[in-house]
Amino acid sequence: MGDSLKIVVLVKHVPDAQFDRHIGAERTLDRSESILSELDEYPLEAALQLSEARGGEKAGNEVIALTMGGPDAANALKKALQIGAGSGVHLTDEALAGSDAAATSLALAAAIRHLGDVDLVIAGMASTDGETSLVPAQLAERLGLPQLTFASSLEVDGRTARIQRDGDGHSETVEAALPAVVSVTDQINEPRYPNFKGILAAKKKKIRTLSLAEIGVDAGQVGAAGSLTWVASAEPRPARTAGTVITDEGDAGVKLVDFLAAQKLI
Amino acid sequence: MTAETVLVVLDAPAETFRKGQLELLAAGRILGSVSAAVTGPVSEAARAQLAEHGAAAVYTPDGADLGEYLVGPTAAWLADVVATAGGVRAVVLENSPAGKEAAARLAVRLGAGVITDVVAIEADGTAHKSVLAGSYEVRARATTGVAVLTVKPNSVEATPANAPGAAEATPVRVPEGAFATAARVTGRTEKPVSGRPELTEARVVVAGGRGTDGDFGPIEELADALGGAVGASRAAADAGWVSHDLQIGQTGKTVSPQLYISAGISGAIQQKAGMQTAKVIVAVNSDPESPVFEIADFGIVGDLFDVLPQATAEIKRRRA
Repeated sequence: MGDSLKIVVLVKHVPDAQFDRHIGAERTLDRSESILSELDEYPLEAALQLSEARGGEKAGNEVIALTMGGPDAANALKKALQIGAGSGVHLTDEALAGSDAAATSLALAAAIRHLGDVDLVIAGMASTDGETSLVPAQLAERLGLPQLTFASSLEVDGRTARIQRDGDGHSETVEAALPAVVSVTDQINEPRYPNFKGILAAKKKKIRTLSLAEIGVDAGQVGAAGSLTWVASAEPRPARTAGTVITDEGDAGVKLVDFLAAQKLI
Repeated sequence: MTAETVLVVLDAPAETFRKGQLELLAAGRILGSVSAAVTGPVSEAARAQLAEHGAAAVYTPDGADLGEYLVGPTAAWLADVVATAGGVRAVVLENSPAGKEAAARLAVRLGAGVITDVVAIEADGTAHKSVLAGSYEVRARATTGVAVLTVKPNSVEATPANAPGAAEATPVRVPEGAFATAARVTGRTEKPVSGRPELTEARVVVAGGRGTDGDFGPIEELADALGGAVGASRAAADAGWVSHDLQIGQTGKTVSPQLYISAGISGAIQQKAGMQTAKVIVAVNSDPESPVFEIADFGIVGDLFDVLPQATAEIKRRRA
């Protein structure tokens, strides 16, 4: 196999942020109008670039898109296959509904172990719905792997993964031995769009379905039962309303300061 | 220790703790008696601050430097600190990427529930946060014996404790094997320091976008007149006009200042996600159709190169 890589890319089917998003009576998210999370296109592109640089599938590289969710979540996998992932894995089970980060990372860790011999797990910097960024770190902890998170660049040199990570006031180079869990920001690359050839090719690619029983996870460990947090209430925030809008007639800077003074902000 | 200990995790300061770090101690005191876990050496001045803010014990890593590694070893050490302290009800961390990751890994070790992006805490442990880009307010609780909470800046006032704590120095060994599978920092480049307040902690933020056309001068001057931080839209950061550290929005920072002034930013949903919990929003844009005007308390249709310098001069004139 040489230096070929088996890469799992975590993808999520999320409500489209361009529309209003709603939390339902059960205090869980309404998942209609969902799409592949836009932040998951970056890890997929990063994985495809690593694979292509090593000769792609012909040279034994694998890019597997993994998602967890109800039947609709397969749409996120289909999109990932159209963009270029080699195969998809859909972890789906009614018992998974309502999973928090702890339950999600537990189930994903079991699925990744089930796939076996994974060199890299690559995720986006956050989901655009939950936005907690907890899952990659929790996955790394559960799998006993190093984590390289918020990468703005990623290279793999032999069995070492190296990233750049931009923090406040500094930029760091961080290294870890494979296998590792990586999360990447929207700065890492320009994700490709699915082209006609990709869309046709995706029809022949396989999506494998996994149940909890197949990965050895009990229903009680996931979903609402296995979650370690409980949402007591979820209320829509009153929408901000437009205030005064003026057109500059040469004195708008002064009027701005008048407004700040009236609000006791200066 | 009582059964109501709250462990507050703090990065070791060069000299003294920042206001944002002292806020975490105040947040912890809502839930019980606080102790601090500091990831490196603590100066005398910093220890005095911890005492003033009520820390009963100050745990520091013994036998290893955690600074060269990402969060794996820190989480392993924190789990040992929780065990050493005994009776820990909650662990409070910073809501930074590193803080959230340490929280994530620590929570797996403790079997604890994590709540991120906390903006308020009730005495029973219920935490408040905004979700879906600030469109919903959620109250949530960890259902486990220990709760792990990451608290956003400006959520709680950094007031000193009613009674000072003993701030007893308590070294705790970094566990054997903690570094075995850790990622390691092998290079570090410092960026120039701006001297302005930290973006997520600032009371005032002035942000520029595409409309600046690369000239952030008027943005910076107004920010300085107001004692505020400078922010930017993704378009401005992607264009290379400012560092990505200053990016506000879905893939940048989320800010909730008292005053947010948006200049030359149209205000797409991704940008709104980072600023719509600001108390007061002012928008300046030459396009009257910009979505930012839908959420601004005060909007000015005009050229930011006219409006901002005039406002800066007026603020200086009134203060003179």
